Amino acid sequence: MATEDSFLTIKDVSTAFKINGQYYDAISHINLTVHHDEILALVGESGCGKSTLATTIMGLHDPDETRITGEVDLEGTNLLQLDENGYNQFRGAKIGMIFQDPLSALNPLKRVEDQIQEVLDYHTTLSTAAKHDRVMELLDQVGIVNPPRTARQYPHELSGGMRQRVIIAIAIACKPDLIIADEPTTALDVTIQAQILDVLRSIQTENHAGIILITHDLGVVAETADRVAVMYAGQIVELGSAEQIFNTPKHPYTRSLLRSMPQLNNESDDLYVIQGNVPSLRRLPTTGDRFAPRIPWVPASEHEATPTMHEVAPGHKVRCTCYRNFTFPDEKGSDRV
Amino acid sequence: MWKTILRRILIMIPEVIILSILVFLLAKAMPGDPFTGSINPKADPAQIAHLMKINGLDGPWYSQYWNWVVHLFHGNLGNSYQYQEPVTRLIAGRATNTLWLALFTMLLTYAIALPMGVFAGRHEGKLPDTIIRFYTYVTYCIPFFVILVVGIWIFGYVLGWFPTTGSISITASGWLNTIGSRFYHILLPGILGALFSTVNIVQYLRSEVIDAKHSDYVRTARAKGGPTKDIYRHHIFRNSLLPIAAFAGYSITGLLNGSIFTETVFSYPGMGLLFINSISYRDYTVITALVLIYGILNLLGTLLSDIILSLVDPRIRIQ
Repeated sequence: MATEDSFLTIKDVSTAFKINGQYYDAISHINLTVHHDEILALVGESGCGKSTLATTIMGLHDPDETRITGEVDLEGTNLLQLDENGYNQFRGAKIGMIFQDPLSALNPLKRVEDQIQEVLDYHTTLSTAAKHDRVMELLDQVGIVNPPRTARQYPHELSGGMRQRVIIAIAIACKPDLIIADEPTTALDVTIQAQILDVLRSIQTENHAGIILITHDLGVVAETADRVAVMYAGQIVELGSAEQIFNTPKHPYTRSLLRSMPQLNNESDDLYVIQGNVPSLRRLPTTGDRFAPRIPWVPASEHEATPTMHEVAPGHKVRCTCYRNFTFPDEKGSDRV
Repeated sequence: MWKTILRRILIMIPEVIILSILVFLLAKAMPGDPFTGSINPKADPAQIAHLMKINGLDGPWYSQYWNWVVHLFHGNLGNSYQYQEPVTRLIAGRATNTLWLALFTMLLTYAIALPMGVFAGRHEGKLPDTIIRFYTYVTYCIPFFVILVVGIWIFGYVLGWFPTTGSISITASGWLNTIGSRFYHILLPGILGALFSTVNIVQYLRSEVIDAKHSDYVRTARAKGGPTKDIYRHHIFRNSLLPIAAFAGYSITGLLNGSIFTETVFSYPGMGLLFINSISYRDYTVITALVLIYGILNLLGTLLSDIILSLVDPRIRIQ
């Protein structure tokens, strides 16, 4: 599945957490590629393993509590084989990460400048003056109005949006090839969300980075993503270009998600609600379609015993066979596929 | 910064006034008087009343209080009934002893507790952490005076490594010998006191380090690609120290107060021992002076804590 121009290839990655001495898969057998100049959106409900995948790529899991198998290949290096020191050459330099909660992701006791400069300290040999200039340049790039002033401030003196910009500045300080943005706009209000997404996009065009955008906000996905991977209960259930996912969604889960989005042209007051919950780690079914319990009207014969990915169009893949005749209960008899 | 400190000092003024009234009244409220016990039981009550009068102990409380405050501002805290010596001189001599002991205990406490707490937090759940936690739980469970008595018994009598009473050996002469002998005498009480007071700090620091380790900003720091030792130095250590720093001022005064135990068990002539003796003798002048000093020390400790905290934590500085 790896194409020539992909620089990040995730092969068969599973991450299991230890709970009471036993390992439970939080994500299982993930296969993904990321290309330069691309925004790949990872979507899914809370608890489906999006963030676990991100922290797995970053190597931020506690090795005593997790078991990670598979391969994360970044420009020819399998990251999962690296020791802590080796990994540190990549973190911050080749991979930058933007975190979910800008209010707690910055050290409250350090000035903004010191926190950005720290990345440069680890990965560059620039002089102090050059580092200072680079910090100013970065703050300007992420849309901070008065870089010298903000650089001297402490995080508590900044608004949420400004903090998130600082965090983006940290993530892009060394012009990484890969930027992982873990729900970068969730904690921000809507007007700031759009600005932050603009910043991300402009950085991408400048640095030619590949971005993995983790979100549960389908509006954000529709606006920004080139490709979309839909995750459910630790697996990718559908993968395709943004047009494919939004115009011809196949998997029942993807269709349920899209259907549960509020629509302006929808006359009805009711939103579609997906029945049930994401199963907890310890109750994940090991065989069968993991989404089956939430679409109980679909007969068992429609599901595969061990669901695999099927290519339905170039670059568009769907897990399980149940998508073929899937309809919602209230649209029975409709010929939608 | 200076504004913060100045404001804190101004707040202290009414606090000290209220404190002094309370202290004065509480000492007066104790039953008994300084003379009944020390005079022939057959003495004429009129004689005692006369003694009370010449010592200014017969008027209403506010006039007694006023006299006391006026004298206080002249640096005169009265004479000790028990020692027949000015209270100021009496306390000054004892205070130096207590101060050295408290200072030594405090330095030793932090020298032991900081590395221990960070180490335990860093290696959470591993063997060293288990050992440190075992040590803190056991020490915490034993009453302080038991630690002192057992310590004296083992290191003072059985092993004979340290002196068990006093603050200086009678035979010490000369400048160097005097200091040496004084230090030798505070070693055992200091070490035992430190062993006890490390417990809280170790436990606190350990859980702070564990919290900080899993905090978002440490995850950000790790995502920057920093080596573990740098992350501990730049991010975890300083943030974990915040509550310890906030507590430092209190713990200094806590040590001065706690010296009551140590000094009594070691017969160490400091303020604590003087305090206990004065209470049993109803030596009002000394008691009120000492309680007032302890009270002011506590206020200073709070002030010190606030100053330290505003130095290390930018979030609480007043702009």
